[in-house]
Amino acid sequence: MTSLAQSPSAKSASVRAPGAAARLMAHRDWLGFWFMLPAALILISLLVYPLGLGVWLSFTNATIGDPGKFVGLDNYSWILGDATFLHSIVFTLAYTLIASSIKFALGLYLALLLNKRLPFKALVRSIILIPFVVPTVLSAIAFWWIFDAQFSIISWSLIKLGLISHNIDFLGDPMLARACVIFANIWRGVPFVAITLLAGLQTVSPSLYEAATIDGATPWQNFRFITYPLLTPIIAVVMTFSVLFTFTDFQLIWVMTRGGPVNSTHLMTTLSYQRAIIGGSLGEGAAISTSMIPFLLAAILFSWFGLQRRKWQQGGQA
Amino acid sequence: MASVDIVGVRKAFGHVEVVHGVDVTINDGEFVILVGPSGCGKTTLLRMLAGLENVTSGEIRIGGRVVNNLPPKLRDIAMVFQNYALYPHLTVGQNMGFSLKLKKAPLSEIAARVAKAADILGLQSLLERYPRQLSGGQRQRVAMGRAIVRDPQVFLFDEPLSNLDAKLRVAMRAEIKELHRRLATTTVYVTHDQIEAMTMADKIVVMHNGLVEQIGAPLELYDRPANQFVAGFIGSPAMNFLKGTLNVIGGVPNLTLADGARVPLVKAPFSSDGRPLILGVRPENLLVAAEGLEAEVGVVEPMGSETQIAVKAGGHALICLIRDRLMPKTGDMLRLLPEPAHVHFFEADSGRRIEAS
Repeated sequence: MTSLAQSPSAKSASVRAPGAAARLMAHRDWLGFWFMLPAALILISLLVYPLGLGVWLSFTNATIGDPGKFVGLDNYSWILGDATFLHSIVFTLAYTLIASSIKFALGLYLALLLNKRLPFKALVRSIILIPFVVPTVLSAIAFWWIFDAQFSIISWSLIKLGLISHNIDFLGDPMLARACVIFANIWRGVPFVAITLLAGLQTVSPSLYEAATIDGATPWQNFRFITYPLLTPIIAVVMTFSVLFTFTDFQLIWVMTRGGPVNSTHLMTTLSYQRAIIGGSLGEGAAISTSMIPFLLAAILFSWFGLQRRKWQQGGQA
Repeated sequence: MASVDIVGVRKAFGHVEVVHGVDVTINDGEFVILVGPSGCGKTTLLRMLAGLENVTSGEIRIGGRVVNNLPPKLRDIAMVFQNYALYPHLTVGQNMGFSLKLKKAPLSEIAARVAKAADILGLQSLLERYPRQLSGGQRQRVAMGRAIVRDPQVFLFDEPLSNLDAKLRVAMRAEIKELHRRLATTTVYVTHDQIEAMTMADKIVVMHNGLVEQIGAPLELYDRPANQFVAGFIGSPAMNFLKGTLNVIGGVPNLTLADGARVPLVKAPFSSDGRPLILGVRPENLLVAAEGLEAEVGVVEPMGSETQIAVKAGGHALICLIRDRLMPKTGDMLRLLPEPAHVHFFEADSGRRIEAS
């Protein structure tokens, strides 16, 4: 024991001690730090710095062409009194909640379906991925046409079928417009949920279902007691991403309605863009963007707890 | 407990038939092992018993009741899977009580039955653990516990020991046999390991290419294999086969091998000369003698209690198992003589057993 403990010090006495910097370069605990450094630099310069800049901007009265001065919480007190902003929060929450829930339900349904023996499974799988592959702007433009006041194919079909007599003004009526953008978001988001959950389903060993079937489980009980619990970790990941993507959606709304009619479909992102870039009030726009952070943090925290490794996933001896 | 009757059962996947009409009768309380090389249809047959595969034609009866179209849960069977198929998100106790929970049995009853099964298998201290925290042998035991809790008519085992290491396999073999002795539940057990079959079964069903080759008690199969396949499959190291023609020389029957070497026989299955024949002799019945078939020693494997010698003789590779401390060297020449009382004869073309007269 003693000789073992002494040997390193004896060695360092005979060999000249390396400099502090060299030791820092070689030490095991610091090695990890050096390897992380490039990634950290990229993250800091491309994520943290712009984010900080954006938050800083929200405390100034900057406009386009004018760096502005620090005005404290003025922008925030102003937007809190702004009905359009408050409405955009409510609509963003509703948009996220409704679209994410339906995306989850539909995605899970499709995943379960695709996990069964199905003719032309590979083909069906690729078809389901199409909405995800098409650039959002392109599909948004398609939806814009589908919901167009004059040329809507839906109105046209219904008129031809004799069900209605006038074109439906999908994007002109506030409630209809909200429903339409939510529909488009769901259409676009379902494949991601479905394919990811399918990947999760495929990790469940078929023999578990066989064992449960022999144990007397009905198909519903198979889902309730085997599939669902084993899928929860992946559901937590998918839904976190789905919620974040939906909450920060911009392209669909901007292409289809630009927040209209009468600001009824403004998400916080589109409102921020409109105020800051179109309207030129950079400070105010930044304040609107910054207001999204608490909501996003809440969503991330929620999923962080959801993602905690469950007891059954931990290995080793208890 | 119940008897199981498998009558003319066939199974086809699409156009490919994998089980070609199998008849097996399993008596109440019997431990029957389906054994055969991989792809012989034994697992498919077991899965048909369990209700995990449909029966293409024929009939399966459990306790006299035709179960062809009954779902697994109504067949009153329990199955132990090769990979154990333990529910990873449930504790050992929950795994074992799962079937009762599905039946909505009262919690007190579930706890009592799980405790009883845990007691039988020595799992009392592990009930709160998750499958990941268990060793292979413990998982195996939990899988059996899950079956025991259900108190079924028939236990089905699908290669339950193949994921265990050799030592544990031997221990679990004894444990399963002991369990069957205590519970006396009809058991159908699938394995590709003929040693498992020999050591555990009341009755062995040897399958090959979707057909039953022979059904019988372990030693019956060992002593009187019905054909060359069973003879070669049961027993380790496998039986030696010598192919040749039967000649009577000076009133003594001889088996003449392809290269002209002769094996003198005491008795022969028929008297006529020149008929092709396969002689089977187990390694332990191939004796080193002063005269007999000349053989060149290959690899010598001493195992302490016995020595296994691989030899080449008359164009055949043979294995010889001797209990004497005879240590020939590679390249040495030996003379080998089959023990007359323990030779088997098979038809050269069909491989069927021929009784020596």
